[in-house]
Amino acid sequence: MTARGWSLTVPIVTVLFVAAPFVVPSWILFILHLALAKFLVVLAVALFLRGGLVSFGHALFYAVGAYTAGFAAKWFGVREALLLVPLAGLFGAAVAAVIGLFMARYRGVFFAMLNLAVSMILYAILLKFYWLTGGTDGLRVQTPTLLGFVPPRDLIRLTSYYVALVVAGIMTYVVYRFLASPLGYYLKALADNEIRIEYSGESVQRVIYATYVLSGALGGLGGVLAAFTVGHIVPEYAFWIQSGEFVFVALLGGYGSVPGPLIGAIAFEFIRTYANKYAPYAWQMTLGIIMLLIILLQPGGLWAMYESMVARFSRRAEGVERA
Amino acid sequence: MALLTIVLLDGFVFAAVLFLLSVGLTLVFGVLRILNISHGGLYALGAYLGTYLALKILDIGLSPYLTYLMLLAGALIVGVITGPLIERLFLRRVYGQAEAIQLLLTFSILLILDDLIKLIWGTAPLMVSTPSTLLGHVSLAGIPYTWYHFLLIGVSIVFGGALVWLVRGTRFGKIVVSVINDREISLAVGINVNRIYTLAFTLGALCAALGGAAVAPTIAVAPGFAVEVGVQSFAVIAIGGMGSLEGAALGALLVGLVRTLAIHTFPELELVVIYVLMLVVLMVKPEGLFGEVELRRI
Repeated sequence: MTARGWSLTVPIVTVLFVAAPFVVPSWILFILHLALAKFLVVLAVALFLRGGLVSFGHALFYAVGAYTAGFAAKWFGVREALLLVPLAGLFGAAVAAVIGLFMARYRGVFFAMLNLAVSMILYAILLKFYWLTGGTDGLRVQTPTLLGFVPPRDLIRLTSYYVALVVAGIMTYVVYRFLASPLGYYLKALADNEIRIEYSGESVQRVIYATYVLSGALGGLGGVLAAFTVGHIVPEYAFWIQSGEFVFVALLGGYGSVPGPLIGAIAFEFIRTYANKYAPYAWQMTLGIIMLLIILLQPGGLWAMYESMVARFSRRAEGVERA
Repeated sequence: MALLTIVLLDGFVFAAVLFLLSVGLTLVFGVLRILNISHGGLYALGAYLGTYLALKILDIGLSPYLTYLMLLAGALIVGVITGPLIERLFLRRVYGQAEAIQLLLTFSILLILDDLIKLIWGTAPLMVSTPSTLLGHVSLAGIPYTWYHFLLIGVSIVFGGALVWLVRGTRFGKIVVSVINDREISLAVGINVNRIYTLAFTLGALCAALGGAAVAPTIAVAPGFAVEVGVQSFAVIAIGGMGSLEGAALGALLVGLVRTLAIHTFPELELVVIYVLMLVVLMVKPEGLFGEVELRRI
């Protein structure tokens, strides 16, 4: 999309999101809220997909973020959103900085499955060390305070929605800048040919490592926001199905761009709501079939579908002008 | 001493099942260069169909010895039907595409298989213990072991031997090796590469289903048990070296013994040790114990 297109789209989308609480019913607001949280993790997964890498383990960072909020409340009685949100992002990034040292050495199948393995380790720990983590019962996350104030009852949802919106907005900008930086371009080149990256003087491991740390921060932030929304966290936050969901959403929205994951995340929450209603026992199958169809028919996802539609319309419009 | 006996025996039994599963995974990866994430789903399907058929036989009141045949039949049906189906319909469309796409494709097949099982057999666990108890048991270190456990180990060794013979000692094996080494030259000398792909994938699916059917009488088959084992079998072939038959055997043994040791000494770490083992091996020898170093493309 051109720079002019962006300067128009961004304000419109922002206004839509800011106005949403006053327009849509509360169940849709909840969906949007959760979608914003998951969007951040999907963005992380989409970054790697751009570089030709799949991670089946980003639920790891999602869980790290969520349990940051859970433990802070349980052990220290901290529930300040402005403290917990950056903390979760930092923890996510820190965990990624450690695992990334190892992960940056692998590509392809190994990268995918090692991520899965590490996230399953965390899942097992969360599940088995129940005296610390609450096991399958999980932990309760209290309503966060904002600057020490407890929001009034009827404004709790609204405040935490706007917190999510601001965080998502900031991180979208960060990722956008990252993709526009040399590192971002090298990441894209990684999918094509990694040896040429090294010929041009950049270290492939450094590119993957930087992306990994950023993706960890995104995952942690997504996790803490989701924990605030749902109010309860369980080990399933780190489970492989959750990781698979993130990959699915990235594919659904299209990972070639920043808006793709956002559209994907929102579409996904709606699909889930309706699938729960009409096909409650075939949820994974629904996911699988949609995913197959996208891979075989529309590899660019929803965003590519939209872009090709726009292109067709503008071509038609030009045709009309010329005639 | 008693602990050592138990760990060794339990470890060998678990390793036998893991080997059946992993050898199929490594075979498919070796020939198709695709890591089949849905492998665990095929394993579960084999376990379910085998158990279901065996239960039916008992219901009708036929000889309980027929249950062994039914387990085998369940595995064969799953392998022969789903194998060609998945390869022809789906995998064939993504050969040569980005690795990410191939992984996602098999991942979505896993999601579908997992739910398909729940839709057909429900979410309640399925259990047929007759094949396991029928053979009687033997006491070792004060713990009763059914002979079926030893049968499992035997089946696994025989099957592994047969596979090695198939790949190293037959014309089919030579053709497979030539397809692995150079697809285009194989085409040029008149090998039907597509057929080899289908056969190799079917054989892999059969291994998975057989592993599932073999283990079914010793456990209760419940939804979701496939994925854990699926990931473990990846750990096995990553440790042994992707595409290597000996690697799958050694990897299965290592994983089997280490996990059993953890279960008997520090059960909280049961799952963690497998992945830690894999991480350590990959750090020291990234291509796996029996793997070949792959050259990077330019």
